[in-house]
Amino acid sequence: MSNIPVELKYARTHEWARMNDDGSVTVGISDSAQDQLGDMVFVEVPEVGQTVDAGEACAVVESVKAASDVYSPVAGEIVEVNDGLADSPETVNQDAYGGGWLFRMKPGSAGDLDAMMNSEAYAGFLEAEDH
Amino acid sequence: MGQKTPLYDEHVADGGKLVDFAGWDMPINYGSQIEEHNNVRNDAGMFDVSHMTVVDLTGDRTREFLRYLLANNVDRLKDSGKALYSCMLNEDGGVIDDLIVYFIRDDFFRMVVNAGTRDKDLAWLQQQSAAFDVAVTERTGLAMVAVQGPNARNKTLPLLSDAARAFAGDLKPFFGDFDGDWFIARTGYTGEDGFEIILPEDEAPAFWSKLRAAGVRPTGLGARDTLRLEAGMNLYGSDMDETVSPLESALGWTVAWEPADRDFIGRKAIEAQRKAGTQQKLVGLLLEDRGVLRNHQKVVAGDGEGEITSGSFSPTLQRAIAFARVPKETGETCQVDIRGKLLNARVVKPPFVRNGEAQIDL
Repeated sequence: MSNIPVELKYARTHEWARMNDDGSVTVGISDSAQDQLGDMVFVEVPEVGQTVDAGEACAVVESVKAASDVYSPVAGEIVEVNDGLADSPETVNQDAYGGGWLFRMKPGSAGDLDAMMNSEAYAGFLEAEDH
Repeated sequence: MGQKTPLYDEHVADGGKLVDFAGWDMPINYGSQIEEHNNVRNDAGMFDVSHMTVVDLTGDRTREFLRYLLANNVDRLKDSGKALYSCMLNEDGGVIDDLIVYFIRDDFFRMVVNAGTRDKDLAWLQQQSAAFDVAVTERTGLAMVAVQGPNARNKTLPLLSDAARAFAGDLKPFFGDFDGDWFIARTGYTGEDGFEIILPEDEAPAFWSKLRAAGVRPTGLGARDTLRLEAGMNLYGSDMDETVSPLESALGWTVAWEPADRDFIGRKAIEAQRKAGTQQKLVGLLLEDRGVLRNHQKVVAGDGEGEITSGSFSPTLQRAIAFARVPKETGETCQVDIRGKLLNARVVKPPFVRNGEAQIDL
């Protein structure tokens, strides 16, 4: 069973999003996604100040197996990126919801996360995808 | 669902992630490919390679047949048990498959070919052997386990029968011998010491369990690929196929040109190519910038272009490495197109790693 924290929202492309107190949104990939991809060896994060659309590919996580795009779950501006992953991409495997975060953004509209799945829906989505 | 090897249940029990490989359900890893890779470089790992095809060739004219069939020369095999790596070419000089052939007796050679090329290999062998009265027998009912790493032999030897242990410890590199239905060879596809063991399928699960208990770690096909890439070993279907010759695949060393009067399939074509000069070559690449090299990325070399045939992250070197087919004129550097950005790479001579040690300057 993969780890699916209840306080986060999830995208069909396996990103998670956390609404922070200051209105910004932190984004990473789910535990299930990191497990599927395997050992991370390279992470390419977006640039701070970059504006992205919802569903836009704006980061890349590369495992020893394959490269995989990461899609922004909401539209907005990138305000911070996790530079530490350049030297320790394995953090995405070890701590997908913590130290393995990819970028933080200021969403265009506060209600944007409503379209994402809650933990229960994502668990069901993973189960359906498995079959 | 694909075909299952005799060790399928072991892979499930070991937590293997099973993927389709040439029609077989095979473990890509058992959790961490990088840990499995490093374990083979530092200790001992085991691979289920039962999907590969074992073919026994028998008949008085077997040596003569192989002299004609293979680009390498089986006359290099003088001592019983000695193995030879060779390409099997078509008339155009394209590579039908790469394989290992063991000389057992003049009327008995054993060949191990790739799983993905099984059908066409067998058809080709049947077709070509007819004129030599050589029997081509695919050996089914067998499993194959590769145990690789600096401690592989020491961990394996106590698990063998007394008869096998008597010779296996003294096998020289690239030699194999029989113990009843078991065949134990000091060969591999990782750049490390070890054994490749062919054994009856019903004995394979117990042997796998014993190896595991002896501290030999199950290792998936993912690590097998990064290990062979670091070791500078080609993969059929990625680095060469029927559209290219050995000369364009960094396999010129496996072509035995002498004696000049040995006629082998494809000789005329690659001799002409050697005279005219090849237009492309297969080289090693080390990425100087940050990123990961992948199969099929475009290589820019001067005015010409090439393509990565095998690319990955090297766990041992902690850098991206690759084989690439590039224009003959390519010098010491080139660039690789990774998602639209041209990144710098250095052209190097494989192997990248042998016996746990880096072979190139980083």
